[in-house]
Amino acid sequence: MDLASTVVDLSRLQFATTSIYHFLFVPLTLGLGPLVAIMQTLWYRTGDDAWLRLTRFFGTLFLINFAIGVATGLVQEFEFGMNWAVYSRFVGNVFGAPLAIEGLAAFMLEATFLGLWIFGWNRLSPRVHLATLWIAVLGTWLSGYFILVANSWMQQPVGYKIVDGEAQLTSVWALLSNGFALRAYVHTMLAGLIFGSIVMFGICCWHFLRGRNVELFRKAAMLALIVAVPVTLLQLVVGNRFGAAVTSAQGMKIAASEAQWDTCQPCGFSAFQIGGFTADDPTPAFSITIPRLLSYMATGSFDGEVKGLNELQAQEESEFGPGNYMPNVRVVYWSMRAMAYAGVAMFLVAALGALLYRRRKLEQARWFLWIAIAAISLPYVAATAGWILTEMGRQPWIVQGLLLTSEANSPSVSATWVAISLTLFIALYLALLVVDLWLMRRYARVDPMAEPEGEGEEKPPSATPAVGY
Amino acid sequence: MDLEIFWFGIVVFFWSGYFLLEGFDFGVGMLLPFVPRSEQERSVLFRSIGPVWDGNETWLVVAGGATFAAFPAWYASMFSGFYIALLLVLFFLIIRVVSFEWRTKSTSPRWRRVWLWANSVGSYGAALIWGVGLSNLLYGVPLDSNGDFTGTFWDLFSPYTVFAGVTVIALFAFHGATFLTLRATGAFLDRVGRTARVLSFPALVLGVGFLATTVGVAMDRNDKDLFPPVLPAAVGIAALLLAALLVRTRSGWAFAMTALGTVATVVTLFTSLYPRVMVSDPNFGNSLTVDSASSAHYTLAVMSVVALIVVPLVLLYQGWTYHVFRQRLEGDEPGEESVPELSTQPEA
Repeated sequence: MDLASTVVDLSRLQFATTSIYHFLFVPLTLGLGPLVAIMQTLWYRTGDDAWLRLTRFFGTLFLINFAIGVATGLVQEFEFGMNWAVYSRFVGNVFGAPLAIEGLAAFMLEATFLGLWIFGWNRLSPRVHLATLWIAVLGTWLSGYFILVANSWMQQPVGYKIVDGEAQLTSVWALLSNGFALRAYVHTMLAGLIFGSIVMFGICCWHFLRGRNVELFRKAAMLALIVAVPVTLLQLVVGNRFGAAVTSAQGMKIAASEAQWDTCQPCGFSAFQIGGFTADDPTPAFSITIPRLLSYMATGSFDGEVKGLNELQAQEESEFGPGNYMPNVRVVYWSMRAMAYAGVAMFLVAALGALLYRRRKLEQARWFLWIAIAAISLPYVAATAGWILTEMGRQPWIVQGLLLTSEANSPSVSATWVAISLTLFIALYLALLVVDLWLMRRYARVDPMAEPEGEGEEKPPSATPAVGY
Repeated sequence: MDLEIFWFGIVVFFWSGYFLLEGFDFGVGMLLPFVPRSEQERSVLFRSIGPVWDGNETWLVVAGGATFAAFPAWYASMFSGFYIALLLVLFFLIIRVVSFEWRTKSTSPRWRRVWLWANSVGSYGAALIWGVGLSNLLYGVPLDSNGDFTGTFWDLFSPYTVFAGVTVIALFAFHGATFLTLRATGAFLDRVGRTARVLSFPALVLGVGFLATTVGVAMDRNDKDLFPPVLPAAVGIAALLLAALLVRTRSGWAFAMTALGTVATVVTLFTSLYPRVMVSDPNFGNSLTVDSASSAHYTLAVMSVVALIVVPLVLLYQGWTYHVFRQRLEGDEPGEESVPELSTQPEA
């Protein structure tokens, strides 16, 4: 392997590591935020002390999680310039704008108002204090929008022209209303809500298993299920429609995610296969195929045509010159399935949970409680696989059809530097993960009723004086 | 007015805001291991910046984002050129960010010590590197004709840039101490006041020395005249002098003066830099300029509209936050957080 491709590979590995890691924390923030805000709203409206306890209980988990999201988010902003200088010069005119707006209009809101919420229990009226949380949540949701506008431009560039080898913005409205971005936004925000509700539900189930505070956690479980059941179902539909939009923007990504070498019409969906992931070995040794389903998923019609990898490769070669324009088919194929199957599994868990809840059997169904606890891992699997599909499916392009990843790295940054930084990031991030998991586990198991009694309303829990913040 | 110049001004404004705001919370972090003598006093320090540090740090996110959008070539050259330095900044900021939320999550003295030091080391480290990094923009680093950095990590360290790093630490420590004189009470306030008086000396000596040197470096290495860089430098020197005088008697004014001194230092550096944004040395001709590094007119126009609408709002609500948390903090006040402190051990 030559040095130039080593530095690109290491930079890719670093960007993948840091952004996947960042996105372990972001969607839980996106989803748990509104759920905690709803619980605080219910407390504000009804005065029911249980909702206050739940607000604090899940609010603590929200903040532990949020801290790492903030810490690792800055890395993402710096890495574009640090590792991808050619990319940054090429896209800055277009891509920089939503990123800057995100910081100024969204992240600022989130960071400032969360500080008000955390420390404002005694300083603000209950109404204003509640509003600070909703504004912070609004900030996180706005933030997601601008980040996805930026990312979607890499998937489907719109509203630009190329001048002197640089992309220049020609229409900010085209950028902000990019169909790809809007679909990706809905898909991602639903993913956030799934994170929030599935994680919350799993934690409730853990408390049911313990048999403590069952009444309290029933309320939280109900709220989690009210969100989880429709949202996991809706996400299956939205994800499917999003896939169809990707087909038109990035046919290669879809063909690769189906390991579809030859153009087909109608096309069956490969649910599972062994082999068939390389051009030399295009026919799977074994596969389970559902007739016509791929046609429907990719085009919306059961008779639709889906272009194969070989045809798309020939097309791109004639358009962009010789080269390999196919992503890693094996990785893209399996990441698509991991995402989709985890999504279906989450719907089943939520639906079954709701059924048991309605029959008042949830707390006794120990086998199911264990499943629900294990299901906490599913949104993480789905989100990680989803981003691997999105980003690896776009390769070899860093900006679809405009700039190749292999030409986008920083000329001034050597492979040695990236090797050093990658090693340090992995070490630091692992250490943070260990502490975070330990804290999350510890605080997910706290007994919310154990706080000192009789201190309701907006007063913060009275702590032993010596341990105040 | 040219939008490129306007955006250069906006970027300077964001960096100034970042130094002004995160400057004092870095300063508080620097004092953490040395000034408080009890857990209560340490808690006062943490609580004094607890509600605001995240909003303060966002000014860095905004400064970075604005540079990316308005001056992509500057952003690309600076961030890739200062690779290892920025990597270190990220590490310092990350351990500091998590320390705020995680420190209170256990009462074990050892746990709390770890996160106190994480916060403090992060504050010193980030301040040092920002000083070294930003002063390198003016002092000059080797760039090729594409604007790509051709030096090594060690090229970032020259007597002037290390001087800048140390000066930023001294300024922030003083700035943090004057901030604490507005937050502490009782006997602790007396001690914080003494700390501020002691810290005024290094801040004044280094600050004056650095501002004067910067004007010299601008003339010597960036083809500038004495005027205009001398103007903000003079304001900065006056502000630091006043801060050192007022710190005995008028803590509110002293804080205002350390704030002004900090902002004037950033403005002096960038005024010395203009119209270049990153000086190349050797091969001065490869320097990046406001014109050569900027985005096209349309992007700048869009961003201008956004900035003109959103920046006043940000100032308004952040100002309100400081108003909400304006009062002095008692050492024995109970926790302010919404979250349950572990008054009982969690179930294992």
